[in-house]
This record gives sequence, C-alpha cells and structure tokens, in this order.
Amino acid sequence: MYVYDELDRGLVEDRVEEFRDQVRRRISGELTEEQFRPLRLMNGLYLQLHAYMLRVAVPYGVLSSVQMRKLARIARVYDRGYGHFTTRQNIQFNWPKLEETPDLLAELAEVEMHAIQTSGNCIRNTTADQFAGAAADELEDPRIWCEIIRQWSTFHPEFTFLPRKFKIAVTGAVSDRAAIKVHDIGIVLVQGETGETGFEIWAGGGLGRTPMIAKKIRDFLPAADLLSYLEAMLRVYNRFGRRDNKYKARIKILVHEIGADTYRDAVEAEWADIRHGALALPDQEIRRIRDAFAPPAFAALPVSSTGFEARKFEDRAFARWVATNVRRHKAPGYAIANISLKPVGGIPGDATAEQMDAVAGYADRWSFGEIRVAHEQNLVLPHVRQDDLYDLWLALGSVELDTPNIGTIGDIIACPGMDYCSLATARSIPVAQQISERFADLDRLHDIGSVSLNISGCINACGHHHVGNIGILGVDKKGEEFYQITLGGQADENAAIGRIIGPGFPADEIVGAIETIIETYLSVRQDGEAFIATLNRLGQTPFKEKLYGTA
Amino acid sequence: MPSKATQTTTTEIITANRLGDGLVIFLTTTGWSANINAAEVSETKDATAVLLARAEADAGNVVGPYAVAVTRQADGSLHAQKYREALRTRGPSVRTDLGYQAA
Repeated sequence: MYVYDELDRGLVEDRVEEFRDQVRRRISGELTEEQFRPLRLMNGLYLQLHAYMLRVAVPYGVLSSVQMRKLARIARVYDRGYGHFTTRQNIQFNWPKLEETPDLLAELAEVEMHAIQTSGNCIRNTTADQFAGAAADELEDPRIWCEIIRQWSTFHPEFTFLPRKFKIAVTGAVSDRAAIKVHDIGIVLVQGETGETGFEIWAGGGLGRTPMIAKKIRDFLPAADLLSYLEAMLRVYNRFGRRDNKYKARIKILVHEIGADTYRDAVEAEWADIRHGALALPDQEIRRIRDAFAPPAFAALPVSSTGFEARKFEDRAFARWVATNVRRHKAPGYAIANISLKPVGGIPGDATAEQMDAVAGYADRWSFGEIRVAHEQNLVLPHVRQDDLYDLWLALGSVELDTPNIGTIGDIIACPGMDYCSLATARSIPVAQQISERFADLDRLHDIGSVSLNISGCINACGHHHVGNIGILGVDKKGEEFYQITLGGQADENAAIGRIIGPGFPADEIVGAIETIIETYLSVRQDGEAFIATLNRLGQTPFKEKLYGTA
Repeated sequence: MPSKATQTTTTEIITANRLGDGLVIFLTTTGWSANINAAEVSETKDATAVLLARAEADAGNVVGPYAVAVTRQADGSLHAQKYREALRTRGPSVRTDLGYQAA
C-alpha cells in the first residue's frame, strides 16, 4: 500500500488543526452557521436527520488492518459502536458530536485517514475495482493511477468550486466492477500496441435525477498524459458546465447538451496547451507509486489446493459460501474472499466495531493485512490462500459475517434512506431487510442466482437504483412511502439504465412485487440464464403482465 | 375552524438540531428540550413566526430551526404529522436501540 510522505502527512494534519480552529470559532459564536456550514462540509461533516454524520474517505476502497482497527475505535469512542460502508467505498459514522470531531479527525490522521473530498463541489474520493491488485482478469493494478489522481486532485485550487461534485472511477480489469460508465469520468486501463499502459477515457456518466451512461472520449491515452488530460477535461467542464441550475450542473448534462464530439474537441484543444507542461508524469514518479503497490510476497503455490477442494466436498455450507463469496485470484493458490455486510434482515453496509476489529485480525492473519471496501457495501480480503479459506470462513461465522450471498438478491445495495438521511423521501433499509428475509432460504437464493437489486430512498440515487437489474426508488406520495420499480439496469461493462415497469407500490406491497418478478423469471428462464439475460431476451412484457395483469 | 368531536387539533412547533452534538431539539417556553412534549405550541401562523424568530435568535446554539406541524393527542402528547418528523422524535426505525426511542 501507498504510505504517506511528509507532504501528505503535513497536509492532513494541517487540515485537522484548521478545522479544530473553525469548530472552536463556531462554538464560541465567531462564525455563523452560514459561514461554518461549507467549512464543515469540506471536512465531511454533514447534519442529518438525527445528528451529525461524518463521512470518512477510504481512497479507492483500500484499508489496512491498522486503519480498520482505527475505524473500530472511532465507532466505539466517538460514535455508537458501528459504521456504515457506503456505495462509494467510504464509511459514515452517524452520531459524532461536533465538539469531538477535531479529536476524531486527529485520530484518523494518525493512520493516514481523513474526511477530505467526501463532500462539496470538488473532485471526490476516487473509486476503483475492489479486487484491484488481486483479480485474475486484471491488466494492471488501478490503485497506482488512483493514488496519482488522489495526489493531483486533493485541494486542487482550480477545482475546489466546480459547478457540482465530480466523481472519477478507475478499473484495470476486463470486468468492470467499479461502475465506471456511471461516473463523471470513467477510466479503463488498456494496453497499447506495444504492450504499454494507457487509458480508455469515458465522460458524462452519472445517476441521480438524470441518469446517463458515459460516452467514450478517447480510445487510448498514454500513461504519462493522465493528469494533463484530466486537467483539460475538468477545465472544459469548469468553464462550460452550468452553474445556473444545480440539477443541470453535472458534467453529464454538459456532455449531453453539447455532444461528446464537441466536448472532446474542446478537451483536446485545451490539452494541446498543457500536455507537455508540469503535469506530464515523469517515469520515476510513476515507478515510485507503482512500487508502493507492489504485490505482497505471495508464496509459490499450486494453482489449486487439494485440501481446499476436499473441504468443499465435505462441508456443503462452506462450498456454498465459496460459490458465492470467493473469486479467482491472479496468484496461483490464492483467492479473493468477499465478506458480505448483508446478513438476512440486516442493514446493508453496517458493521459493528467488533466486526471491524475481527476483520482487521483476519486480514493480518490471512490477507497480508489488506482489506478492501466494495461499492456494493461489502468488505473484501483480497489475498487469501485457498488453504486458509476454511478457517477464515469459520472465523467469519463467529462474528456473523459469513452470509453466502454475494451477487445474489440478498446482496442488496441500499442508501441509508429516511432512517438517517435528511434528503430522503422514503425509507430504504426496511425494504432491503424485508426482501432479504423473503429470500432467506439459501437453496432458493442460490437457485435464483446472479441478480442485482438496488434501492434508493430518493431521486439522488445514492442506492444506484438505476443500474440495478432490479431497481427500487422510494418516493413520497401524499405522505405515504411509495416504491417505483425499474428493470434492466446494469453497472458493469454493459452498463444500462433500468426502465420503469409501471405504477409504484405501497410499502406493504413492494416485497410481494419483487417476489412476483423473481417468480416470473424462474418460470421463463432458460437453462443457466441469469436474470438480466432473461429480461434482455424477453423484455419487460412477461414481468409487467404478472405484476399488473394482462389488461 | 371550530373543533368538532375529533380529539385532536392541528398546531405547529419549532424544531432544530443542537449545535454541539447535532441531536434533535424542540423550542420550549424557556429554551430547548429533547422532548417534543415540552415544545411550545403555536396555534396561528403569526405565533409560529414569533417562535421561529426566537429560535433563530439562538443561532449560536442551534442549527437550522424550522416549523413542524403536530397533532395534539387526547392525552395531551404531541405527535409530528409527517413521518420524517416523527422519525426525528424517535430515531431510526431500523435501530430502535438508538435515538430518543431507546431512552
């Protein structure tokens, strides 16, 4: 992992002390709330329904065991014993006190963490494939480039007051697990003709009230040009993005209104001026960052472990967990272990301080001290020996983290909704809880197979409902919670925005409606056909008929 | 409008979040309380405006005061009419061990 140098450390520590002074001045009355609000937001501190909420950045979803233990301590000492992992690979604490936040941030700084770039109209924390550095289908580790983007974007003076917030995602693999096509900028690592690293660049994707899939802006960008090109992209957006209307201020609107070709031409023209300037990345700097993400010292192991295979044969429950939660690793004999934060009836993404401490311990014991956060609100131990998976699984069971449901309908993405969020128009979590309970039977869950179900409690779409195979949007209809269903969304390399299937459902009917959709799928699917494939083959009609009748 | 045989009347109170810890509070005749039933009730728009002005004058201690429609129950207790506001008086519906409902 990348380790802070003096510059990084000084930056974060200075920010803590600056905020400490700002908090002091707010409490003493020197600052009004109007003056203070943008300052606290720049430090990730929101005011939500019941209390303040602190969003802590987990840059590109990477945590060390030391950092995870610190998060557990924060949960215990400054909060109510738990944290909530978000759909942007961050973590939120729901009950911090303003008065204690400077001390909290000072503790985070001790482990190279902070709440910078988690709010405001700046370049937000960059997200990445949660299997970075481990996935079998990876061309190159995206964390190298995420870290370079982090260093460039943090406190970038030109881009601190953009028309609107700005999100960048990076993937280095064939399968897109970072949802890059629904980001303001999406970056795909590719290889050039002679095998050199470069980037495919996408722009103008996003969710929210106007969901859009990104347009490809460039087929191949040489590695050394990454920052100058991003700078040109941001400059064009900063200059032409709309500031007159908050709802039209994201880059997706700009790219949509002027067209991808016009946007590209403007970017290329800007880039021509700055390409060979200060932002050109020197080889030695790329090498320095690359070295920071050198693979851990993997043992030389056979591709598959006979002990592991035998365990799967002997223990059906273990085999089931492996089938859903374990993914192929690039190193022979290793595996990627996903830890579901979606227990049946639980709150998606929540983890207790005890669970965080436990995961930190497992990471130290079995995964070189490394942990990842997935945007699906789960955790990952990226480098586990196949031989250790059984012991890991037993250990996870002891802290209720062994739910075998990754990628199934139980693995629901859900925003906090009205239970916590001041923007929400309906609750999300209870719907997720009821759906996971309805599909709790593991035989049924695994028979249904791969399907993504995403829930948002308002149109801002933090729950990514537009790109769920099944999406649920909670709205307020004359004071009652009402839920609209979309079908056909995808967040992967075949990104697609789901389409509304028909009138919404009241809270007491939404779970039944989802079950009807799933039962319909089971009745019409072909052998081995996943939900999204059946839907794409047959369209919405059979589902609509079952939900609303044939009339 | 004269009240009929119904046992409730519609009124407004002022709520905000406390500056120091962010918790939900309600304006009372003497200050602020975490208990909605201690809230000072207004029966008219003019009275609400007076209460809101008093709340805003305390901007050094509270954040974002606003008026909330409540219903007075037969037993005298106050209930927020909107579900969002009812949640604020209790805590998350999915964590009944947290917030005021846990007390």
